[in-house]
Amino acid sequence: MSATSASATASTAPGPDNALRELLTSVDRGRQRKNRTMTGLVWAAFFLAMTPLFSLLWTVLSHGLAKFTPYFLLHSMRNVSGGMDAGGAYHAIAGTLLITLGTTVISVPIGLLAAIYLVEYGKGPLARAVTFFVDVMTGIPSIVAGLFAFAVFAIFFGPGVRLGVMGSVALALLMIPVVVRSSEEMLRLVPNELREAAYALGVPKWLTIVKVVLRTSVAGLTTSVLLAVARVIGETAPLLIAVGTTASINFNLFAGRMMTLPVFIYDQYHQGPARCARNATNCLVSINLDRAWAAALTLLLIVVILNLVGRLVTWLFAPKLR
Amino acid sequence: MSRVFRWAATAAGVLLLVVLAAVAVFLLIRGWAAITASDATLQSEGNLPPGAHNLAGYIGPLIFGTLIAAALALVMATPVAVGIALFVSHYAPRRVAGAVGFVIDLLAAIPSVVFGLWGAQILAPRIAPLWQWVADVLSVIPGVTVRATATGRSMATTALVLAIMILPIITAVSREVFKQTPHLHQEAALALGATRWEVIRMAVLPFGRSGVVSAAMLGLGRALGETMAVLMVLSTSSGTGYSFQIFDSGVLQTIAANIAAKFPDSSGLAVNTLIATGLALFVITMAVNMLARWIVSRRNEFSGAN
Repeated sequence: MSATSASATASTAPGPDNALRELLTSVDRGRQRKNRTMTGLVWAAFFLAMTPLFSLLWTVLSHGLAKFTPYFLLHSMRNVSGGMDAGGAYHAIAGTLLITLGTTVISVPIGLLAAIYLVEYGKGPLARAVTFFVDVMTGIPSIVAGLFAFAVFAIFFGPGVRLGVMGSVALALLMIPVVVRSSEEMLRLVPNELREAAYALGVPKWLTIVKVVLRTSVAGLTTSVLLAVARVIGETAPLLIAVGTTASINFNLFAGRMMTLPVFIYDQYHQGPARCARNATNCLVSINLDRAWAAALTLLLIVVILNLVGRLVTWLFAPKLR
Repeated sequence: MSRVFRWAATAAGVLLLVVLAAVAVFLLIRGWAAITASDATLQSEGNLPPGAHNLAGYIGPLIFGTLIAAALALVMATPVAVGIALFVSHYAPRRVAGAVGFVIDLLAAIPSVVFGLWGAQILAPRIAPLWQWVADVLSVIPGVTVRATATGRSMATTALVLAIMILPIITAVSREVFKQTPHLHQEAALALGATRWEVIRMAVLPFGRSGVVSAAMLGLGRALGETMAVLMVLSTSSGTGYSFQIFDSGVLQTIAANIAAKFPDSSGLAVNTLIATGLALFVITMAVNMLARWIVSRRNEFSGAN
C-alpha cells in the first residue's frame, strides 16, 4: 500500500524529472502536423489512383453488358450497315486469337532461347549488350513496331499489303523482350545444385538445360508467356497499320486483311453515332458505341482470364524451392 | 549437339540486337524518299497539312505536341506514383499492400484502346468544366488568353489519360527501390526520434532518388509512344503550330496518333512521310529509354521489367 501511494505521488508531483519526461515524450507540434499531412497525402494518392480504375471497370461492365450476348460473340459484321441492330465481333475475336497465336509461335522460341543464352551461356560484352538492348526494346513504341512490319513486308509485296502475319510480326517485336525478361527471371530461380548434380552424372550441358532447367521452371515459363500474351493481345496501333480492317471473317493469316478486337473497338468508336431515318424500325443511333463497349468488355475479359490463369499456373505447379 | 544448342541460344541473343538495328534501318529505308524529297514534291504528294512547307515544318509541331503530352502526363503521374509506392512500401498494412500491388498490375494490363474509349466517352465530358474553370482562372492574368474546348477533348485530358496509363510502371519501379532501403538507415532515423515522414524524407527518398528518376523516364518513354489513347481522346486534327493552348482542341497532335490517324488512307509519298515521322519518334523514345536503362543498370538490383 505504501509502495503504490509512493509511486502515485511520484507521477503526479511536479519536479525537474517530470519536466524532462514531458519534453522527451511530447512531439513537436509542427513536425507532428507535417507527418499527419504527409500520411494523408499518401493515402490520398492511393485513392486518387483507384478512382479511374474503378470508374473504368464499372463503365466497361455497365455499358458493355447490354450487347454482350452469344449473338454478338458468334456473328461478324458482314452485310451490316448503318444503324442496323445486328452484327458482332466474331470475326474480330477469331482474328485476335489467330494473330496472337502467330505472335506466340514466333516469340516464344526466340525469347526462350535468348533467355537461355543470357542465363546459361552469356558472358562478357555480348551478354551485357543483349541484356541492355532487351530492356531498351521493351520501350519500342507499338506504332513503330507496326511501321517496321509494314516496311519489311512492303519490300516483298508492294506498298498496299495488309496481312494477318504482318500483325504477328509487329506484335512479336513487342512480345519478345517481355518473354526474354520474365523467362530470364524464372530460369535464374532454378538452383545451381540441380545443374551441378546433372553434370556430376555426366549429362551434357544442353541436355541438362532441356531436361533439368526447363523442366524445373516450366510453370514459371508458362506464366511468363501467358502474361506476355496478355500484354500484347490488347495492342491496337500496330494492327491498325499492318493488318487493316474488314467486316468479314478471315481465318487465313497469309491472305488479306483481318479484323482484331482492339481495332474493332477503335473502328466502331471511330464511326460514331449511326444515322437513322425518321421512322426506321431496325435502327439504333448508339449501335456503334454499344458494339465498341461490348467488344471492350470481351477484350478485358480475355486479358483478365489470361492474367488469372497465369497466376494460377504459378500457384499450382511452382516447384517448392523453399 | 551441345555445340548446336549453344549456337542456337547465342543466335537468338544476337537476333534481338539485329532486329533492333533492323527496325532503325527499315524505317530509314522507307522514310528515305520523304527525307530526300524536295519541298515542292513533298507539298504536292506528301499529304502535308496546310501550313507545313517542308518535312521539318511537319515533324516539328508533332514532336512539340508529343513532348507536351508526355511531359504533362509525367508531371501528373510521378507524385501520385511515388505516393502509391510509399503507401505500399511504408504505410499500408501488409495484406492491403499485396492487394494494392495486384490492383496496380491490373491497371497495367488494361489495353490502351479501352483507356482511349473511357477517356473519350466518360472522362472528357466530365472533366471539361474543370478545364474551363482553370482556363478562366488563368485568363485573369493580364496578357494571357487561355481557351478551353467545351467537349473536353483537349491535350490536358489526353495527358491525364496518359498519366493514368503510365502510373503502374512508375509505381512498380519506385516500389522496388523503396523496399530496398536499408533497414538500418530507417531504424537509425527512428531511434533519433524521427516521425514516419521524417524517416521517409531522410532515409527512403535519398536512397531511392535515382530509382524514381529512371522510373519516371521509363514512364516518359511509354507516354511518348502511346497511340490509341491520344488518337481517341483528341479529336482528329493535325497539329500545325507550336502552341501552349493545352485546354483547347484541334491545336496539338502527337506523332504516334498522327501516324495512326493518317496511315490507313495514305499511299505513295505520304506513307514515306509518315514513316519518317515514325523514325523521329523511334529515335526520341530510344534515347529516353537508353538513358533510363543506363541509370537503372548502374544499380543492378532492380529492373522495371519484372
